[in-house]
Amino acid sequence: MRYLPLTPADRAEMLATIGVGTIDDLFSDVPEAARRRDLFDLPLHAGELEVERELSGLAAMNRPAGAGPFFCGAGAYRHHVPATVDHIIQRSEFLTSYTPYQPEIAQGTLQVLFEFQTQVAALTGLDVANASMYDGSTACAEAVMMSQRVTRRKKAVLSGGLHPQYAATTQTIAHAEGMDIVRQPAAIDAEAAVLNAIDAETACVVVQTPNVFGVVTDVTKIAEAAHAAGALLIVVTTEAVSYGLLKSPGEMGADIAVAEGQSIGNGLNFGGPYVGLFACREKLVRQMPGRLCGETVDAEGRRGFVLTLSTREQHIRREKATSNICTNSGLCALAFTIHLSLLGERGLRELAALNHSKARELRDALAAVPGVEILTPRFFNEFAIRLKGDAAAVVEALLADGVVAGVPFSRLNPHAGMDDVLLVSATETTTSEHIQAFASALAGRTA
Amino acid sequence: MRFTKDHEWVTLEGDVATVGITAYAAEQLGDVVFVEVPEAGKAVKTGDNLAVVESVKAASDIYAPVSGEVIEGNAGLGDAPETVNDQPEKAGWFAKIKIADQAEYEALMDRAAYEDFLQSL
Amino acid sequence: MTMQNVGRPTRPQAATQSGHTSLTGARGLLQDEALIFELGGWDKTGVDLAPGDHDASDLGDLVRAAPIGLPGLSEPEAVRHYVRLSQKNHAIDLALYPLGSCTMKHNPRLNEKMARLAGFADLHPLAPQSTVQGALALMDRLAHWLKTLTGMPAVALSPKAGAHGELCGLLAIRAAHEANGQGHRRTVLVPTSAHGTNPATAAFVGYSVVEIAQTDDGRVDITDLAAKLSPDVAAIMVTNPNTCGLFERDVIEIGRLTHEAGAYFYCDGANFNAIVGRVRPGDLGVDAMHINLHKTFSTPHGGGGPGAGPVVLSAALAPFAPAPWVVAGEGGFKLVEETTDEAAQGFGRMSAFHGQMGMFVRAYAYMLSHGSDGLRQVAEDAVLNANYIKAKLSPVMTPAFPDGPCMHEALFDDTWLEGTDITTLDFAKAMIDEGFHPMTMYFPLVVHGAMLIEPTETESKLELDRFCDALTALAQAAKGGDVERFKGAPYLAPLRRLDETQAARKPRLTWRPDDKGVSPAPLAAE
Repeated sequence: MRYLPLTPADRAEMLATIGVGTIDDLFSDVPEAARRRDLFDLPLHAGELEVERELSGLAAMNRPAGAGPFFCGAGAYRHHVPATVDHIIQRSEFLTSYTPYQPEIAQGTLQVLFEFQTQVAALTGLDVANASMYDGSTACAEAVMMSQRVTRRKKAVLSGGLHPQYAATTQTIAHAEGMDIVRQPAAIDAEAAVLNAIDAETACVVVQTPNVFGVVTDVTKIAEAAHAAGALLIVVTTEAVSYGLLKSPGEMGADIAVAEGQSIGNGLNFGGPYVGLFACREKLVRQMPGRLCGETVDAEGRRGFVLTLSTREQHIRREKATSNICTNSGLCALAFTIHLSLLGERGLRELAALNHSKARELRDALAAVPGVEILTPRFFNEFAIRLKGDAAAVVEALLADGVVAGVPFSRLNPHAGMDDVLLVSATETTTSEHIQAFASALAGRTA
Repeated sequence: MRFTKDHEWVTLEGDVATVGITAYAAEQLGDVVFVEVPEAGKAVKTGDNLAVVESVKAASDIYAPVSGEVIEGNAGLGDAPETVNDQPEKAGWFAKIKIADQAEYEALMDRAAYEDFLQSL
Repeated sequence: MTMQNVGRPTRPQAATQSGHTSLTGARGLLQDEALIFELGGWDKTGVDLAPGDHDASDLGDLVRAAPIGLPGLSEPEAVRHYVRLSQKNHAIDLALYPLGSCTMKHNPRLNEKMARLAGFADLHPLAPQSTVQGALALMDRLAHWLKTLTGMPAVALSPKAGAHGELCGLLAIRAAHEANGQGHRRTVLVPTSAHGTNPATAAFVGYSVVEIAQTDDGRVDITDLAAKLSPDVAAIMVTNPNTCGLFERDVIEIGRLTHEAGAYFYCDGANFNAIVGRVRPGDLGVDAMHINLHKTFSTPHGGGGPGAGPVVLSAALAPFAPAPWVVAGEGGFKLVEETTDEAAQGFGRMSAFHGQMGMFVRAYAYMLSHGSDGLRQVAEDAVLNANYIKAKLSPVMTPAFPDGPCMHEALFDDTWLEGTDITTLDFAKAMIDEGFHPMTMYFPLVVHGAMLIEPTETESKLELDRFCDALTALAQAAKGGDVERFKGAPYLAPLRRLDETQAARKPRLTWRPDDKGVSPAPLAAE
């Protein structure tokens, strides 16, 4: 057993030091009825080779996104991650350290978090950001609950353009905490509809841009309406690379911006682990959930970093905490910040422009396919199309052509009556050959 | 000045009570880093949450020692929470409450009784 | 006021210089590393992208006009920056990391390799299910192991960490009560020694929290529990083994009383690593328990996440599990993502997508590596190592519960420091100078000046001896009046004690251009 250093001789010697006869004596507090003497009905230990064989077998049953033409987005995006990123996050001192509660010997993690917070604040155009959340969807739920603490109101209005699984998560979690969640019906250009739902009871309005159908919206007017009613505007983004091209949430008047940061530095990983970004205006900082890293000095006056404002957190406030969350997504935040440092201002802008340009190329190719209707008027790197017939069936059929065509909207929301809508996305990893393969396969199937 | 077993002090001028925490409490809490004071107009009953005082490692609720209506929270603590440590029983006050029943004030401990109480801890 | 006085100074005392200083601020090979905002160039990038057609097309004034404010680094600069920073961290790969309740065990590299197979790492969560059958099979097998090891019939895999799992468990409990006409139950009983997340989660869901007293031997006071189990109680939340590192001897009776009162038994599974392979929570009457894959099943802590917190559920709670879940059918595995059936009772969704797949792969690789025999040995060695530390340190420190064995962690109080003017914090900081990460301090709250030491099963006897020798030497120094060694500690770490008071009073949470830049060398500052 390669992970267990103790030898039988060690164990015997240690039992003697403790002063007991057998290991069972150390489990004497377990009630007799609950002691399992036999091994469980599971396989015995296995060598590295055997484990690798089994897992490689399972992995081989899957078709990786990189295996060919692939157009799924809808909250998770396939981008290229520089080799440096994965190399650094595997360094022992980052990979195998704990939450930096002892700042004197955790300055590496803490300085990274401080840099991460600064980058996220810059991207979102807001004043402060936390050290990350589990993912974009839970960050969205946390933002909604934060609006209740700030406004002391209970009603949250979720736009019909919000990712349905974000809306479901927010409904589950924020409703559990006592909020009234108003989910507006799914619609391609859903943002304007929230204006009518804002009233004096509204704690927050949640709008996604680019939305789940890819629509990019200037939310300035929504911000004005929300503020006039004393409510907060929460802007959600599931594709963080879009920050490189589009106006930031802060510029458009958002009070809180949340996002899924997976696109930068993190692989698809079948949905997790990802990294939630969370930023807000300075005056709201004490109502913010999650960990925060702050700058200070040590006993000799040298600059250093510590976790701060931790009285908001569960380990101190217990039942009065701002959130029950006690982990961030440290290693994914590290991957995010390394990738973003490599990109820099210029790289991120170029990457975003490249994504946008690939998506336009995809749009032009698909628009030329008979029977395909482009539904999204203005987009970043994904958009919705209407097909003749069931989108899920088309996706299945195109698999035979080696094309993974996108995400049928019905998979995210089977109740919207939008079974013919397909969400498609292109990134810098998409080639012109992929786009041509998709267009000709689709033409073949819909002809 | 009167005191509670929760380490709050109260002074009374006319029907306006000023509330803060005692020097003993400020010492025990350590460095105060933030105080959430109530807004004017808030009605409180004895024992209601009045304010929250935070040190780096702890957040403590301050309960109203008397009933009444808050007429002022100490806005100066926003920028200078350290005042609670420096002058706990003067400039570090938390709130002024217009009290309904003066008997509630009279029923609190005087300094001698509070000192005895501290000795018993 | 309710005063939570944990007695810890949060600003450094007057600094005594730690002897020799360099001219540049470096400490030997340890560089004084600036921030990326002070190093990077606004026009520099470490990524070469294919040229694209960069016209902004039809987006008009939706396009960002103002600069973002992101510095860029070339690849060599980036590598150097992060490697230099990494060297300021302690890590389990460097030495014993005895944080009680956190289970800092070895993170096998095979797990990392497996999680990076393209067949797992490069899978989109919404790819057609026919193209991800291996991933669904892995989730199904992981679920099988978790159910078998806990003796529970169902598991919700999606919670993203322990606290998220607690929330999932309590939401299932609340949904079950509501479905059974018991929605009026509003109280959750939590022992005083509980993790802070327990009362935080209960309050979050709208329950009021009532504390259960603890006996002198560190267990739930069952008389007090019985007295507080009213028809208003929705659930109890008990950690077992508990946060004092002790097994709740009366756990079966706790479960029986709870069920008799119509409440559910939530078990905080943070300490499952002490009993895995030997005890099944299902045999103890548990209705719901989260399992921290990053504790028991060795997925890395990563400097604070990501974690993973699947929740096993009893038959009574299983129908209320959140979406999604995997079902095996004739045509292969199917992921049920949406509760479309009117009769379904699932309480909703914990997050987008299906959980921490990257952690599932790692945990499953760990389970296969250990097998049923190895996992049992994991629990035994974890408990053996903790008892060994308790035995070796008891002559110089005071165990909080000296009688009987502990489980996977050994708890000491600060009685032995009385009269030395040295606190638990001082002692912990002095451990840093001796090359060890401090133990968990001041938790659980029920023990004065608590020091909670969890070695885990992946420490050799040699490393345990080294650790015990270091702590023994420190304890003797403390009792011998060598106060300076402790009050000023750490002297030899990358930084001395930090001013947490200043950080909290005047929060500075992002870098600004007026930051003082690379901190001056100590000599230059004078």
